[in-house]
Amino acid sequence: MKSKIDALWKWLDERLDLSQIIAFAQHKTVPQHKYSFWYYWGGISLFLFLVQALTGVLLLIYYRPGPEAFDSVRQITYEINFGWLIRSLHAWAANLMVASIFVHMFSVYFMKAYRAPREFGWWSGMLLLMISTVFGFSGYLLPMNELSYFATKVGLEIPTSMPIIGPLIGDIVRAGPEVSEYTLQRFFALHVVVLPALFVPILVFHLWLVQRNGMALPPSEEARPVQERKTIPFFPNFFMKDLAVWLITLNVLALLAVCFPWDLGVQADALKPAPLGIHPEWYFMSAFQILKVFGNLLPGDLGEAMGVGIFTLGIILWMLIPLYDPDSRSGERARHATYFGLLVLAGVIVLTIWGYAAL
Amino acid sequence: MSGTKETVTRRDFLRIILTGVGACYAAAIGYPLWRYLISPAEQAKSLAAVKEVTLKDAHTLAAGSVLMFKFGSHPAMLIHHKDGSWVALDAVCTHLGCTVQYQPDRNVIHCNCHGGEYDAQTGKNISGPPPRPLRPYVVKVIEGGVLVSRV
Repeated sequence: MKSKIDALWKWLDERLDLSQIIAFAQHKTVPQHKYSFWYYWGGISLFLFLVQALTGVLLLIYYRPGPEAFDSVRQITYEINFGWLIRSLHAWAANLMVASIFVHMFSVYFMKAYRAPREFGWWSGMLLLMISTVFGFSGYLLPMNELSYFATKVGLEIPTSMPIIGPLIGDIVRAGPEVSEYTLQRFFALHVVVLPALFVPILVFHLWLVQRNGMALPPSEEARPVQERKTIPFFPNFFMKDLAVWLITLNVLALLAVCFPWDLGVQADALKPAPLGIHPEWYFMSAFQILKVFGNLLPGDLGEAMGVGIFTLGIILWMLIPLYDPDSRSGERARHATYFGLLVLAGVIVLTIWGYAAL
Repeated sequence: MSGTKETVTRRDFLRIILTGVGACYAAAIGYPLWRYLISPAEQAKSLAAVKEVTLKDAHTLAAGSVLMFKFGSHPAMLIHHKDGSWVALDAVCTHLGCTVQYQPDRNVIHCNCHGGEYDAQTGKNISGPPPRPLRPYVVKVIEGGVLVSRV
């Protein structure tokens, strides 16, 4: 028996270079220091993405876009065995995934893990975050309930009221002047085909870069002499810790999904007045609030254009940070970048709270 | 603490605990997943458990014609023969499950998939590949319709 297994192993190894992969995993190490906790957040985001892929496929087998969209979500919630659980998991994991990507992004930022040679890790990660928010926006419409209908309507008012490209976005994204079944159908295609097809290759690239470059050290660790730095083997030590964190994530997710099942809501009706408290998802709130503030400060289109301009400029600066933070290349703390990061973090938090308070 | 015996026991203990916890997780994920996937099959089974179906206004069906209907979730056919008799049969070919059709001009039940044929009075398989007859139902003409029930 053992010789047969050995022979099979040899046959596979000759063709797939499996022993190289194992040798790589055995030699790979992960730095161990007081900020190691933040290394887990990329893995948590990945785990939640896997949950999204699995629960998404499960919802796909009963969900029907088109005029029956709301009814099919009602069936999933009330008639299909455990349908409420699958739907609740998908909705909760979506929010947790965006949240954990934000934590991952800010921890990478403050540990200055975007520095050379890791610029592409930063850029691909930013792309993944942006695609995740589009996932969120498009998925939010799919149940076609009152909240999702009006939130999408309001959300699309902003880009479509921009000069020149606004009407184009209205025609292409919304498929006409109103959120309709056509909007729903293309959001569905976007959500289940286009976005996954974009997301997965970028994710593979992102993960490959982590393997190529290894875990980044924060500047405070880099300042230590090499012999004083501590590491643990990736396999099995870090791998086991990663699995334990995934298990904790799964438990938190399951508790949330079971104790706070996602609401079905009321079927959307364009002729009924919008319900109170229509607002964007929390991860759009800060952007929404910036637009609102500028819209109030400056009259008409000018205010809105300023808001969009400032927000876009902020994102571009944020993405280009690896290029204009040269001070840190030597391993010193680059204070300006840190202050900028703190400013952005504080800005996002304050604007989000302000946005909710102003509802 | 000396000796290898205690170390092995603790390792075994941990392994049993971990296997048990793993099995609990597998069950906690696997059971809802399985129930979720078989939901439509379960619903069809509860539909198939019906004992009788009332076909409203079917008593006005012209002689020499057929009415296709669903007995639970199962396709079935009600034939009103030219001699005035009523026959209800399964409409699923016993060969490979295609839906069969009544041909009034030849007075046979024909399956387009592989040319199987059944007697239109009894449902008996008379030519082609079908291995078994079509299952008959009990038909009763009542006021305002036709009552079809299991034998």
